[in-house]
Amino acid sequence: MFAFSETSEKEIEKQLVKYPPERKKSAILALLRIAQQQNGYVSAEAMEEIGRRLDLSPAYVESVCSFYTMYYTRPVGKYVIMFCINVSCHLLDCDNLLEHTAKKLNIQVGETTADKMFTLLREECLAECSRAPVMRINNDYHVNLTPQKIDQILDSLK
Amino acid sequence: MTQLLFKHINVEGLANIDVYEKHGGYETLKKALEQKPEEILETVKASGLRGRGGAGFPTGLKWSFLAKDVFPRYLVCNADESEPGTCKDRELLLKNPHLLIEGMILCAYACRVEIGYNYIRGEFYDLCEIFEKALEEAYERGYLGKNILRSEFNLDIHTHLGAGAYICGEESALLNSLEGMRGEPRLKPPFPAVEGLYGKPTVVNNVETLCAVVPVVEGGAEAYAALGTEKSKGTKLVSVSGHVRNPGNFEVVLGTPTSEIIEMAGGMREGRKLKAFIPGGSSVPMLPAGKVDTPYDYESLQAAGSMLGSGALIVMDDSANVVKETLRIASFYMHESCGKCTPCREGTRWLHQILGEIESGRGKDENIELLQDISDNMSFKCFCPLGDAAIAPVLSGIANFREDYEELLSQAKAGAAAE
Ligand SMILES: Cc1cc2nc3c(=O)[nH]c(=O)nc-3n(C[C@H](O)[C@H](O)[C@H](O)COP(=O)(O)O)c2cc1C
Ligand code: SF4
Repeated sequence: MFAFSETSEKEIEKQLVKYPPERKKSAILALLRIAQQQNGYVSAEAMEEIGRRLDLSPAYVESVCSFYTMYYTRPVGKYVIMFCINVSCHLLDCDNLLEHTAKKLNIQVGETTADKMFTLLREECLAECSRAPVMRINNDYHVNLTPQKIDQILDSLK
Repeated sequence: MTQLLFKHINVEGLANIDVYEKHGGYETLKKALEQKPEEILETVKASGLRGRGGAGFPTGLKWSFLAKDVFPRYLVCNADESEPGTCKDRELLLKNPHLLIEGMILCAYACRVEIGYNYIRGEFYDLCEIFEKALEEAYERGYLGKNILRSEFNLDIHTHLGAGAYICGEESALLNSLEGMRGEPRLKPPFPAVEGLYGKPTVVNNVETLCAVVPVVEGGAEAYAALGTEKSKGTKLVSVSGHVRNPGNFEVVLGTPTSEIIEMAGGMREGRKLKAFIPGGSSVPMLPAGKVDTPYDYESLQAAGSMLGSGALIVMDDSANVVKETLRIASFYMHESCGKCTPCREGTRWLHQILGEIESGRGKDENIELLQDISDNMSFKCFCPLGDAAIAPVLSGIANFREDYEELLSQAKAGAAAE
């Protein structure tokens, strides 16, 4: 069973007023995000609930959800590390930094640590190219990365 | 140095409305509201301002294409910034959100729009919060809402967060995404100005374009058009990244030699020479060092065989291997192809696979021709411009840096012979 929390309900209300009443489908990205903020990922039950709210079939919700890369349909770590690997970061050696990060966390890219603290993902361009190499952890950007800086950041996250 | 968008960019606390107003913020709006909407439209037209999102379409002309007398109509700001190498909109939104709001209000007034959305890429959650706070401040001061500054003009602006998909930067895919669909491009025409959001006339402009409307209206069309070249007016934010000493966003007058922009970014690193540069983001052809004096403007970069694109100048020195960087870019397009049309969905995959083989020392001589052949089968045959974007680095890399390909291929041959 999935139910939106009180905080989520308030957030949903704020989102729905942005669109014409007959166009509430526009809020689907927001509702998926809110469900994910609440539970860490978007479950099939959450998609059903979103469908009920917006008069959409669960299959439709899933087809939209699967199009975008920022929704997780399975549980992820408390911190999701999105590591940019695109050209500007690549020119500044992001491959080695990514490997360093994976080693430090003792996982492969794409995996979650056993204590469910960190998930490490490859990301496409994060639009901070002139401060490359760049990663994003949950909603925070970290720029001009070095191995030492990465160690510091990860050690500070508990 | 003429600084229009970046004039106050490093002023402490500029994102706050008091600080913004102290530096002349919203004064342009107040004066503009004394003019008729058509006059503002004329000013933007006459200024020669062109879209800064990638295509470079004349902004005023686009506004004038809005279907007449059809209401409601919408303004959508494109803050999806995801073209690899591009990070200028992020800096504007981070440090000067009110400039964008003022620009959006001016555009909405000129175009008689009463509802605007700012489509912000999902990764910019932090910027969305900053922008929403700025919106609140602007409502409190009466710059947004009903009867703005007693002009009888109404405007509401909302944020809309994306969720990770490069293709949503393409305006029609963006509109689908805003309508709650998968972000797949629409068939054009009809263009958004005729049938856009919810089937209504819609202006879609890039963050930087809308910000530039403020200095255009503030200083007048003539002053703006006095800057730049014949076909490229005004200033442009250039995101310099890669192998330079001090990468960053720089505001330059259009027509400035590319080499000077690289110098602004600190020049090349110690002991290194320029090898290649991509002037306008990953979607445009890369150029060899010999073209670095090309004036940075729409027409000169085009004449040099590339494009100004989004204004992302990616610099590679002689430590870079063009095949390896092209592979990265190819992997990006494969990942970001929305899958709607076959030449792009399949072509991006094949380009990636063959480049991967060459890069890992398993290539064959005929692979170069194969890459060209696949590119030819994609060129102008894809549903949206992403397909053509994907082949630009491949074809330009082969044309200008064939030695990098041949080196890897001869290594592959030597490896095979040794086995
Ligand atoms: C694949 C693709 C991605 C695009 N991404 C962006 C983007 O991230 N930001 C943007 O402003 N324009 C982007 N565009 C260009 C938009 O389609 C559109 O031309 C632009 O938003 C219009 O605004 P402008 O006239 O102010 O430049 C993209 C186009 C394509 C084909
Ligand atoms: S060219 Fe690529 S991104 Fe564009 S519609 Fe076709 S598959 Fe989608």
